[in-house]
Amino acid sequence: MLEWLSQPWPWYVAGPLIGLIVPLLLLIGGKSFGVSANLRHLCAAVLPTRVDFLRYDWKRQGLWNLTFALGIVLGGFIAATLLASPDPYVHISEATRADLAALGITDFRGLVPSEFISWKGLTTLPGLIMVVLGGFLIGFGARYAGGCTSGHAIMGLADLQLPSLVATIGFFIGGLIATYLILPLIL
Amino acid sequence: MAELVRDTRPEACIDVEQVAPDYEAQAQETGNRPGSLLAYLLLGIFFGIVLIKSEVASWFRIQEMFRFQSFHMYGVIGSAVVVAGVSVQLIKRLRLKTIHGEPIEIQPKVWGKGVRYWLGGILFGLGWGLLGACPGPMFALLGSGVTVMVVALASAMLGTWAYAVLRPRLPH
Repeated sequence: MLEWLSQPWPWYVAGPLIGLIVPLLLLIGGKSFGVSANLRHLCAAVLPTRVDFLRYDWKRQGLWNLTFALGIVLGGFIAATLLASPDPYVHISEATRADLAALGITDFRGLVPSEFISWKGLTTLPGLIMVVLGGFLIGFGARYAGGCTSGHAIMGLADLQLPSLVATIGFFIGGLIATYLILPLIL
Repeated sequence: MAELVRDTRPEACIDVEQVAPDYEAQAQETGNRPGSLLAYLLLGIFFGIVLIKSEVASWFRIQEMFRFQSFHMYGVIGSAVVVAGVSVQLIKRLRLKTIHGEPIEIQPKVWGKGVRYWLGGILFGLGWGLLGACPGPMFALLGSGVTVMVVALASAMLGTWAYAVLRPRLPH
């Protein structure tokens, strides 16, 4: 069982399992699936400011979501220890591997390219841009768009919300620009 | 509940996240029951495990998706939306209540001028393409040992803070 669980999970197992989180959150407490609101709750909790947007009762509105996020961290830990794959490689397609190799990415072990997305990577310009600027844009964009991949691309689309469809198309436009214009420029 | 005053001015309605009606305020209070919090923690653990084991949290998989070189990510997101969508429809049509008997209401997103969804979406996508992780995977990667995600999360908090400050001047 553990051996089977420790293999990488195919999309047709992972996708439906993620989808099930939506009704479970609704049935437990009427909560809408979404992760990026945690960034706002964290700001409201630790960054003192007079900005209205960050002045609210973050414990009452956000404690459930922060607890959910803490669970995600613990889940990541369990997956990487108890359920760790014997194979260190993510089995991406040969085409992607070739494209990335052409950009100069050579270490394909682990979930992220350790040359750039690591503490050591922060000392390189591409790593700094990917981690620091990437993180900043995620935080800024998610709040501006009113949600992230979970809130819009899954929860919002599942509820047939037009704004979520537009936001999801926006996510893709941005991702394509990063992939085809920015990454080749910085790597 | 006093601070959750409902503001019906049009400019206030651009932010659906800030206008919480009474039923939601009630659910927020009940949501902090220890039993419910344990349930959210367990669901988070479940989500974190799936994100890592399905490799959705992998920078390489996200690149593969934006290069249209595999069905994997589309399969994950697509099947998640289908399962979530059917569930939401069932919950709505059967008028299901929460396990505590409260009505389930899903807040509709307010369109406004729609600009926020385009601009915010594209900016988010730029970050997603660079970091190769969105907020859920950022937390999962942190737990899996990619500790530099602390920096990405701190940076994302700064981004959120910058939005909060600039918000009155941004088109929505």
